[in-house]
Order: sequence, then C-alpha cells, then structure tokens
Amino acid sequence: MEKLIKIKSTCVPVNIENIDTDQIIPARFLKATDKKGFGDNLFRDWRYDKEGKLKPEFPLNNPKYKGQILVAGKNFGSGSSREHATWAVAGYGFRGVISSFFADIFKNNALNNGVLPVQVSEVFLKSLFEKIEANPDLEIEVDLEKQVVKMGGMAEHFEINEYKKECLMKGYDDIDYLLNIKDEIEAFEKNRAYFL
Amino acid sequence: MSKKTLFDKIWEAHVVKEIPNGPSVLYIDRQFIHEVTSPQAFDGLRKRGVPVFRPKQTIATADHNTPTINQHLPVKDELSKNQLDKLTQNCNEFGIELYALGHPKNGVVHIIGPELGITLPGSTYVCGDSHTATHGAFGSIAFGIGTSEVEMVLATQCLMQNKPKRMRINVNGKLNKGVTAKDIILYLISKLTTGGGTGYFIEYAGDTIRSLSMEERMTICNMSIEMGARGGLIAPDETTFEYINGREFAPKGEAFEKAVAYWKTLYTDDDAEFDKEYNFDASDIDTMITYGTNPGMGIKITGKIPTVDDFENDSEKNGLLKSLKYMDFHQSEPIMGRKIDYVFIGSCTNGRIEDLRAAAEIIKGRKKADNVTVWIVPGSKMVEKQAIEEGLDKIFKEAGIEMRQPGCSACLAMNDDKIPAGKYSVSTSNRNFEGRQGPGARTLLASPILAAAAAVTGKIVDPKEFL
Ligand code: SF4
Repeated sequence: MEKLIKIKSTCVPVNIENIDTDQIIPARFLKATDKKGFGDNLFRDWRYDKEGKLKPEFPLNNPKYKGQILVAGKNFGSGSSREHATWAVAGYGFRGVISSFFADIFKNNALNNGVLPVQVSEVFLKSLFEKIEANPDLEIEVDLEKQVVKMGGMAEHFEINEYKKECLMKGYDDIDYLLNIKDEIEAFEKNRAYFL
Repeated sequence: MSKKTLFDKIWEAHVVKEIPNGPSVLYIDRQFIHEVTSPQAFDGLRKRGVPVFRPKQTIATADHNTPTINQHLPVKDELSKNQLDKLTQNCNEFGIELYALGHPKNGVVHIIGPELGITLPGSTYVCGDSHTATHGAFGSIAFGIGTSEVEMVLATQCLMQNKPKRMRINVNGKLNKGVTAKDIILYLISKLTTGGGTGYFIEYAGDTIRSLSMEERMTICNMSIEMGARGGLIAPDETTFEYINGREFAPKGEAFEKAVAYWKTLYTDDDAEFDKEYNFDASDIDTMITYGTNPGMGIKITGKIPTVDDFENDSEKNGLLKSLKYMDFHQSEPIMGRKIDYVFIGSCTNGRIEDLRAAAEIIKGRKKADNVTVWIVPGSKMVEKQAIEEGLDKIFKEAGIEMRQPGCSACLAMNDDKIPAGKYSVSTSNRNFEGRQGPGARTLLASPILAAAAAVTGKIVDPKEFL
C-alpha cells in the first residue's frame, strides 16, 4: 500500500446524499477478476447516457473540477460490501473522500485500500460545497498526521482510528499485522468450542 | 459479574487479541466465498506467497453470476464464465470445498449455509457479501466484508474489527393475518431509515420474533444491512435447535446435546445494557411495499406515496423527488392497483422453501396475468429439489410459470435475469436501488405473498384478499 500522510488538492464535488455502492459501481461491472480498470466505470450511470456518451452536467465530466479528493453528500457508500466501489474510487485517482457520514463497510474497505475517508460536520461539508462551487481551483489540505482538514480559511478536526492511521502513514495493512501474530491465533484455536 | 448482551458473549468468545487504541483481532469460525468478491483475494495471497490458513473453514459456492435456466450448458457470458472458472481454479489450488454450478449443494451462499447445518449458534461467520447478516438468525455474529478482508480471513482466519455498538429492537404482540416476516423488516426499516442502524449490531427480540420460524428469522436478519447495521441476530431457542438437528454438517448425537447445552447459555442477560433500544407493537404492522429507491421508502399497501411535506429536511425532500422521478410515481398517489410488468420471487431474503410454499398457496388454481413476466427462483438446489418433491413446480406450471434454477437471479443485475429499463418489478429481494435489477429497472420490494398476488393479477394488490 502506498503511504498516505497528507493530501493537498482541488476537489470534485458530488453533492448527492446516500450515494450507494450500486451508483458508485453498478453490479454489471463486477465481473473482473483483478482490481484494474474500475475507475473508468466510477458512477457509470450518472457519468454516461445510454449510448455511452458523457453527460456534461455530472461533476466528474465538468472540466472545472478535478483533483484527488472527492467531496460527497451525507451517507456515502451504503449498500453492498463490494470492495469494487473502493477500487473504482481509487482507480479514478481519488486518495480521499470527504463526506459528513460514511457507511461502515465502505469506510473499512477504503482504509484497507489506502483511500482516506474524512468525516466532517454537516455545516463544514455544506460550506465546502459552496466554496468549491464559487472557486473550483481552491485547494483542500487533508493532514492525516494532525487529523485536520483545511480549506480557504476554514479548518476542522476529523476522527480516525489510531491503528488505522498508523497503517496508512506507514503504508502497511492488516494482513501484514495478522500474519505476524500467527502463534497467538494458533494458541487461541486450541480453546475453541469443540463442535466447530 | 457484569450483565452481558448476547452479542457481547459471542464477541468476547472470539477475541484473539485487542490492539491498544485499535481494533480487535476477531476469530472467524467459517467463511463463505463466491465468485464475485473472491478472485482478487486469492490473487493477493499469491502475491504475498501465503497459503489459505484453514482451508476447511471456508466454503465456496457459485451464485451471483450463474444463469437460472439451462445450467447444464456452458455459461454463455464470457466474463461470468471467467469468474466462475477462476473460482474453481482457486478452490482447487487452495484446497477449498466448492459447490459449483449444478452441484446438489449449490445455491445462494446465505441459503446453503443454514440448510447444510454449517450455520450454528454462538459462532462467527463472514462472507464478501453484505447479506451475510442472514446467518445471525441462529444467534451467531455474521456480517459482510470487503475483498481485502476476504483475503485477510483466508490468510489468517481472523479479522480486524472495531466492536460495533449494540441495539435491541423488540417486537411484541400478535401479527395481523397475512403479515409476514418481510413486512416486519420493511416496516422496521421504514421507521428507522436506511441509516438508523449504522455503527450497530442489532438484536431482534420480543415474543413476535420468538414466534417466527427459522426461515422467517433469516428474512429479518438478512435485511439488517438495509438499516445500515453491521448485522442482526436473534437468540437461539428450541426453534433453532430443532431446525439444526439432523442437518448434514451439524453436530450429531452426544455432540449435538453438548452443543445445545452451550447454546442455551446464549441469551442477553436481564438488565444488560444496549446503546439503543426500540419497541414496536406487532399489531401496528401491515403488509408493506416500497415505492422509492431505497429500502427505507416503504409504506403500507393501503397507504399513499408520501409528499415532500411529510419530510422535515431538504435532503429527504430532494431524495423523495429524485426517487419518484426515477420510479415515475407521484406524491400522494395510492400504490395499490398500479400495473406491474415483472415479478421476482427468490433471493437470499425470500428464496427458501417456506417462501415458495407461501407463493404457491396463492398461485394455486389461478393463472399468471398476461401482462407480467414471472420469475420464481429457488435459493438453492436443495430448495429446488424440495419444491419439486412437494409439487410446487407443477402448481406454478399450471399457472403458466416455469420455475427457474437456483441462483441470485434478478436480485442484482449481474446475470442474465435483468429487468428492462422503465419496467416495474415486484420483487422479494432486498434492494430497490436505482438500476439494481437492471439499468432503469423500477423495483418494488415486498413479501412472497404480495409478489404472488401481483403475479396472478398483474398489479399491486393486497395479498390478504387471496388468503
Ligand atoms: S440473492 Fe441478492 S442479496 Fe442475496 S447474495 Fe445474491 S445478490 Fe446478494
């Protein structure tokens, strides 16, 4: 996993609430057997019309908006556990997602793939959308070490699990950790219920 | 001793280690895998050069991508075939038992675990599929995970997890005639909303829940995720033990007796504390159906589609308008009597034998309406076999409906069973998101009996009139 310490970038705003995983990556794109190429189909049915033409009104298709941070409405990533949603977000080039609320599974998946979910207050999110709209070239800074998100004079603290923070900053993952404590896992197994 | 909830008891029995300021290392008794969310996990193992740690504790099935007719023929869709082949190769290479397409134990992952006696009380289950919550009906901790986590469990049989908060939902009282488990859960989601359970693990309790069969309990736990919860569970009792007894992989004889003695300790202590608790009265629950594009948008069958004035904040108002536009419905219209185009009876929510029996009871002696296409899809080969033994397929056939072969089918638009754009589908599955059943498809979630009544009338009707 690539290390993540700070993201400084302009943002792409998708001001829609309850964006579920079927919108992030529709099920018909889940047939791949590797992790590549999902970025092309991120928000597929909102980005393209039935003939496969770009819908100019969707923010990802608006040349004004670009960057490594996706700013989305409340309750991002609800629905299925498909990690393909995270691969699509990461594959498109986003390293962070800012929203006022994330679905649990999405949050876990994102952290496991080096994508930082940044949960801010609704007030902060609202002014973020307003500022981006007023000036799409404005940069946001997400400082993982200090757990602060800053933009145009505003700043807000965000929460992240200590352990996950360390993993992201060092670029290692849970599996590395667990493989290291195999002895403890085997010791635990000896005391499991006999019927299993 | 401090008072514990059922969830705490099972959780604590599975914690291998707590990481300071971090998650717990949770031991996973069984993992289920399927073709869609596992290939990248196996690739990850190969990249790391590690084997599957406990291959006997993972069970594989093919379900999401599989066709539901002519299963004996090669799978036509190249990409689906590739995924199915990959699953077979991976299971062979890593020594995992696979119930491939056509195998007598094949079926939707959350249907086969319980019916084979793999799902047991007091255990932990995961699967790269959010409806893993289904297995909680046995009094176990079961939840969906992402592919990195599938890899984690394959590699170590453990997961890193933060302990969720605990919620209890009590439903008490007698259910009205014709009100099913599906109506209960759709009702609860409509009350708590799709975000109401986020961060929680839900215990369902109360005498109404106690009175339900195992299959009905599974329908309820299955849709816990639709409230945003990590999962849901129900304390095991005689109904549970009776269901498990004699199933293929369940403990037998003395081992079973011993297991039952342990399972009987699995309940929430009196006065144990929950982070949140709700109480509902069963008599308030009526037949439910959804009108919008999230499972929380459910109303009574006799009700009207809400108006923006029914919602307080702008985002909910906008959400309603956006959904209604997609569904081509209008505020304050009644839902009853609307014409529909498709009926889907199946999925891990309602694709078990009791669901097919309930549907057959309504369909028996009637004819499928001309304007509808009806797909009745058993959840597994075993359900299919049972349905044929009971002659349910004949009842369907006489009504002009060919029972299909098992799989996820029209629950998600991944295989050939897709609802065309703009068409209305009454579906017994669990999700009505935009495009869930096919691009542009319009889904109305309901119980098997409502779906069956829609199949024979071609419109949305109150199934109680047919009982
Ligand atoms: S039936 Fe539907 S919800 Fe259940 S496992 Fe299959 S796709 Fe998922």
